[in-house]
Amino acid sequence: MSNDGPTPLERFVQGIIPENPVLRQVLGICPTLAVTNTMEGAMTMTGAVLFVLACANVLISLIRGMLKPHLRILVFTLTIAAFVTVADRLLAAFMYDMSKQLGPYIPLIIVNCIIIARCEICAAKQGVWTAFSDAVGQSLGFGLALGCIATVREVLGFGTWFGKWLGWHVIPASIPTDVWSPWVIMVLPPGAFLTLGLLLGATNWMTARTKKA
Amino acid sequence: MKKQNYIADAWLVILLSLLFGGGLAGVQASLKPRIDANKLGDTLSQIPALVPGSTRGEKADAGEAVVYKALDAAGATTGWVIPASGQGFADRLELLIGLDATGGRITGLYVLDQKETPGLGDNITAKAWRDQYAGKATDKPIVVRKTKPEAPNEIQAITGATISSDSVTAIANAAVAKFRTDLAGGGIH
Repeated sequence: MSNDGPTPLERFVQGIIPENPVLRQVLGICPTLAVTNTMEGAMTMTGAVLFVLACANVLISLIRGMLKPHLRILVFTLTIAAFVTVADRLLAAFMYDMSKQLGPYIPLIIVNCIIIARCEICAAKQGVWTAFSDAVGQSLGFGLALGCIATVREVLGFGTWFGKWLGWHVIPASIPTDVWSPWVIMVLPPGAFLTLGLLLGATNWMTARTKKA
Repeated sequence: MKKQNYIADAWLVILLSLLFGGGLAGVQASLKPRIDANKLGDTLSQIPALVPGSTRGEKADAGEAVVYKALDAAGATTGWVIPASGQGFADRLELLIGLDATGGRITGLYVLDQKETPGLGDNITAKAWRDQYAGKATDKPIVVRKTKPEAPNEIQAITGATISSDSVTAIANAAVAKFRTDLAGGGIH
């Protein structure tokens, strides 16, 4: 059983860059676009996805021997929905402000394709450790992509980085507004599409260059 | 073809549903006090914005109903804040409605909890939209219009979110009417 499929370490490493869920698989685009106008939102979303994906992957891996092929998607969805509800309640209890800011996007993790894809691709076929390290790797890859987009959007849109938690002003607030003023468009949805598009383009460009070399 | 026994096939789904259902009930039961405390803190912190002239709030004595009294720095009652909830477009909406001391005029409206459609219905939380409720007299119910309001008791719906706009207004109208009856009946101190 341990000989088929990638090892835990391979799964972990592949999730971060080579099979990055957002930049390579282009999955989970809804939260990628929706919550990346601040680093706080992006990191809270990453944490919630890490929790849900790790729990769902481990549980699916444990019961993979009992799955009926035609009922497996139902079991995946049920499992994911249960853990998403737990994550939603935990955020409401311990991170109330973030829970309000993210609003419906936390319950919407249920339909995040990354999680059901990992359950199907990895957890339903491989052991618990592989499934767990796959979940952590994919979540870090998700967090990396969200962090990249959120960095661009928050710095250009607000002039801060982790403005609410750490209060870092990347662009000093004292700069006169006729020299530089925040780009409101980066805070709004178009900023997310622009940033994601450029980032995907850069990823593809780098892939093409690496292949040629 | 072999006859399938659907119940036997689905045993895992049924078992998981029961386990998850029980587990989630446990999570909800254990976290509810904390979530309610967060909401109470949020409610009290919104009172100065909902009732002009007030600096703090406290729970009023209103029998079964939950009502908050808004107080100014000297401790005099400047108005009331009533929590109200009801069905929105997607899920339950929880609102706070600020009223002046006589209950005759709405002074503000705040959305405590909502899961409306992102980009459309969730605009009910936008200050510019909520501010339409401030200053409305409470003797007539508020009416939602899709075009520019003409009568003083009308507000304009959010484009693409008529049901969310209607829900907020219906919840607010019902809560305000009930509060006015209670206040007139001397049930609130």
